[in-house]
Amino acid sequence: MFIPFSPVDENLYLLFPNKTELLLALTSLSFLFLLRLPLLKSFFPWFGLDIGGTLVKLVYFEPKDITTEEEEEEVESLKSIRKYLTSNVAYGSTGIRDVHLELKDLTLCGRKGNLHFIRFPTHDMPAFIQMGRDKNFSSLHTVFCATGGGAYKFEQDFLTIGDLQLCKLDELDCLIKGILYIDSVGFNGRSQCYYFENPADSEKCQKLPFDLKNPYPLLLVNIGSGVSILAVYSKDNYKRVTGTSLGGGTFFGLCCLLTGCTTFEEALEMASRGDSTKVDKLVRDIYGGDYERFGLPGWAVASSFGNMMSKEKREAVSKEDLARATLITITNNIGSIARMCALNENINQVVFVGNFLRINTIAMRLLAYALDYWSKGQLKALFSEHELSGNAPALAASYFLIPQETVRVILEPLEHSLSY
Amino acid sequence: MAECGASGSGSSGDSLDKSITLPPDEIFRNLENAKRFAIDIGGSLTKLAYYSTVQHKVAKVRSFDHSGKDTEQDHEPPYEISVQEEVTARLHFVKFENTYIEACLDFIKDHLVNTETKVIQATGGGAYKFKDLIEEKLQLKVDKEDVMTCLIKGCNFVLKNIPHEAFVYQKDADPEFRFQTNHPNIFPYLLVNIGSGVSIVKVETEDRFEWIGGSSIGGGTFWGLGALLTKTKKFDELLHLASKGQHTNVDMLVQDIYGGAHQTLGLSGNLIASSFGKSATADKEFSKEDMAKSLLHMISNDIGQLACLYARLHCLDRVYFGGFFIRGHPVTMRTITYSINFFSKGEVQALFLRHEGYLGAIGAFLKGAEQDNPNQYSWGENYAGSSGLMSSSPELCPTQRARSGTFDLLEMDRLERPLVSLPLLLDPPSYVPDTVDLTDDALARKYWLTCFEEALDGVVKRAVASQPGSVDAAERAEKFRQKYWNKLQTLRHQPFAYGTLTVRSLLDTREHCLNEFNFPDPYSKVKQKDNGVALKCFQRVVHSLDALGWEERQLALVKGLLAGNVFDWGAKAVSEVLESDPQFGFEEAKKKLQERPWLVDSYSRWLQRLKGPPHKCALIFADNSGVDVILGVFPFVRELLSRGTEVILACNSGPALNDVTHSEALLVAERVAAMDAVVRSALREERLLLVQTGSSSPCLDLSRLDKGLAVLVRERGADLVVIEGMGRAVHTNYHAALRCESLKLAVLKNSWLAERLGGRLFSVIFKYEVPAE
Repeated sequence: MFIPFSPVDENLYLLFPNKTELLLALTSLSFLFLLRLPLLKSFFPWFGLDIGGTLVKLVYFEPKDITTEEEEEEVESLKSIRKYLTSNVAYGSTGIRDVHLELKDLTLCGRKGNLHFIRFPTHDMPAFIQMGRDKNFSSLHTVFCATGGGAYKFEQDFLTIGDLQLCKLDELDCLIKGILYIDSVGFNGRSQCYYFENPADSEKCQKLPFDLKNPYPLLLVNIGSGVSILAVYSKDNYKRVTGTSLGGGTFFGLCCLLTGCTTFEEALEMASRGDSTKVDKLVRDIYGGDYERFGLPGWAVASSFGNMMSKEKREAVSKEDLARATLITITNNIGSIARMCALNENINQVVFVGNFLRINTIAMRLLAYALDYWSKGQLKALFSEHELSGNAPALAASYFLIPQETVRVILEPLEHSLSY
Repeated sequence: MAECGASGSGSSGDSLDKSITLPPDEIFRNLENAKRFAIDIGGSLTKLAYYSTVQHKVAKVRSFDHSGKDTEQDHEPPYEISVQEEVTARLHFVKFENTYIEACLDFIKDHLVNTETKVIQATGGGAYKFKDLIEEKLQLKVDKEDVMTCLIKGCNFVLKNIPHEAFVYQKDADPEFRFQTNHPNIFPYLLVNIGSGVSIVKVETEDRFEWIGGSSIGGGTFWGLGALLTKTKKFDELLHLASKGQHTNVDMLVQDIYGGAHQTLGLSGNLIASSFGKSATADKEFSKEDMAKSLLHMISNDIGQLACLYARLHCLDRVYFGGFFIRGHPVTMRTITYSINFFSKGEVQALFLRHEGYLGAIGAFLKGAEQDNPNQYSWGENYAGSSGLMSSSPELCPTQRARSGTFDLLEMDRLERPLVSLPLLLDPPSYVPDTVDLTDDALARKYWLTCFEEALDGVVKRAVASQPGSVDAAERAEKFRQKYWNKLQTLRHQPFAYGTLTVRSLLDTREHCLNEFNFPDPYSKVKQKDNGVALKCFQRVVHSLDALGWEERQLALVKGLLAGNVFDWGAKAVSEVLESDPQFGFEEAKKKLQERPWLVDSYSRWLQRLKGPPHKCALIFADNSGVDVILGVFPFVRELLSRGTEVILACNSGPALNDVTHSEALLVAERVAAMDAVVRSALREERLLLVQTGSSSPCLDLSRLDKGLAVLVRERGADLVVIEGMGRAVHTNYHAALRCESLKLAVLKNSWLAERLGGRLFSVIFKYEVPAE
């Protein structure tokens, strides 16, 4: 079982505010006007929580400019939180801090610090809340902001079990503002947005930075357990176009059933070694080559899992082949729906974000290629750096975008008030 | 993607069934005259198409050669009837499982005697696989045709020629099928073919279509992935599993993510957030049923979503679905319909086709028959020779399944002349001929099915009596009885088998069955006699009408029309009277009529209208022979002619009950003209024109009328339509809206129907309508 914060660490407390009043206060200008810098520290620690269908994403802002005076005032529990979170990379058996994604020396609300990204499975949420209760989090003074469906699902549990009130934020709002924000701060000095050149060619395939200086309109495809597709026309003007239930959860779920794998990483690793053409029926399997009457190339998949109608072929495929075919099926389908939405909305830049793309170069390159090929070069698939940093495993954008935004939403009004 | 079939099936039993005995009377009929073959071999089903000729006995009428004879001899009938052989063209389609292919090819070879055919058009994924077998068995060269081209040609063909071809599927409704009346312009539309993969084709004209997209997630994905997940090998079994499963055990729903809060957020908690989202765990077992159901939802939703996206991009709202994934399976039709409704918010309609399985074979046939110009003609579904739509879920209709066995048939008759819509229809796309939908109205369905069952004895008797010289008449009549009885039983269980069930379709089916057993016109002698009797009364009736004052005469003319309409051998209440009382005549009929005010009575407005300027041209649809047409319609026509109105008198092309046919009407008109100067000069000056309707039905479908009639209506500028009789003005067209004035009149000769309309037996409908300005 996952235990987010080790119970051994007796001194660890999270700061939770006496919430309701503070939340009201945050929206009240008059109160904000009265706010002064010294008050801000009482909001520490800065947390954001995105509770998705499969994963919980937690961001934590670690202030690096703490004055001696502040340090003296800081309660012991806060100090231990900071130490615990920043000195560990794993929490319990399933909680993980993605060190490579850490955003260093970020200035937020006049405070300098590092932004940390932590994730754990949604099914460990009850343990997380239980721990909050055991550790008496509610006695601390902070805002616990949350988004994602779980913010609603677990709201009551937070309240009754942990005596904690969540500040719920709209998921899509967070997503849009988050991606724009993250693009503006860059990735530790590098460009946040990029695309693939020659995605189909493993030799020549190149990841190149993309300057999102004219972001609008853009189609934002968020691939989590399911998929949400948003058309964004400006910072405040966006709409949810559609969604599909064939998303990351489908890939992982089917892989578990078909291959017996237990983790997303394992599923992807299998997929990287498999051959989907043994599983799928291609156009050339039916027509012997291209289907010229309709301009369909022979390599295109005619029927996903189509070869599996035959007993002999079912017996001839490996688990790796099945994992690969599942990945290709889901990815192609997302690409296809995204392309149709882009056409219907008359948008030609499509940004793919979300958990599913974490350490998932195959999917990203396939999306890039499929979008380019079927749109005859009219559409461009863009990705966000946090999904792929170097060769190391990367974190999906929604991982941090939403909590990141959470932080910003809390702090932005304060910044205004502080400038008085 | 085109149906490429399942290589997983079929291979097992290819050689198993060679010994099957085929009943040649029922399957592969008319093979001896067959020419032009086409075959569509899919993953599990083979569809064979051929063109053949059918010899039918038809009753022809012609005037006697009167030279040297006294025409006024009392005992002589007004014209002579001769039974002749007529050859008509028919398209045969047979669908059977691939396992029978060899047996079927052998059978065809043995029965194919005098054909000049050298080539067989082949399409479908199996065309490759069976090419050699076909060439070897039939000694015909296999010409491969493009799958999608065939599909679309076939689709256009059925949409144009078969009324009620397309239907929407309604979940939890009884019946689940709601048929669409054919749009006069079928283009443009979207065809989504769900075979192994999905092809989305936009069809713009007869010859122009474009593959606009597709998806690899289709029937093959359901089958292949389903087989992996459930270890169930057969497609039908997978569907069966799916119909019993609970997808919520496997799928992650919105409520699984949001908890109970989805309600306050206005979200539907049952929406699937992530297909198979709950199966991402190693320590839980999932049932086959639940996984199959989840897979079905995943695939159907995905296809529906893509179809909507394409429909929107191309501004289309009609989407036809086909392919083996659909093929009459209620489970898939239900999920696809749900998905289309959900994603299009009701703006796009998911339509399915009754003969979906035949599209490829029909298309391949049409490709091969291009020099015969099959598209020049209109075709009609032959209810006698076609199996009709049935549910492919065995548990839904076990009886049907057992009886129909493995073979499914479709036969289409080539009609003599092309059919078009009446130009005077107010809004052709929304025109529905039939007044009561018996598929919908269970009470009425029960009544009419029983009514037709009870009338069957009489029809059989009449049929035998109509051919006194024939040795096998009784035997054929018995076969007819069996056939029609079986049709009625099928319709009791599956009212949707031939499209919307209506009184018209029941009547038409009976006519088709009678024809099938060479009873082309059981009433020919009755009609001949009735016409003879009525002709003798014509002058007397006209004299007495002429003696009346204008206003009195108008009412008498209308009463004459109505009294004439009592003479309907199709109505049980009347036929009993006519059988028992040979003296029952025009005056007796008048006495039967309801007194004014009639059940529907707009006579005063009609009279008022007659005081105004004459109509330019009246189109009159006549009903029965004898008293009806001669003493009712002709005097009425004569009055219109005298007013300066031209008249187009439209009668059936072929026989139906005792309805007057076009050829009989021509003879009758000739005899009337001989007695009456008004009619005589009008015929000579072409102010009175006799045309055929293109129909052989006791009812009237104004969207399928002879092209010549439509042309004439346009040329003459018809501004009045008169529809007479229960079949044409009550069972059909009662609610038909026209662009010009119309008169619908009938006598209700069925007490059940009369009661339904709030009247009694012999209540009168006189409906004069003027279109809104």
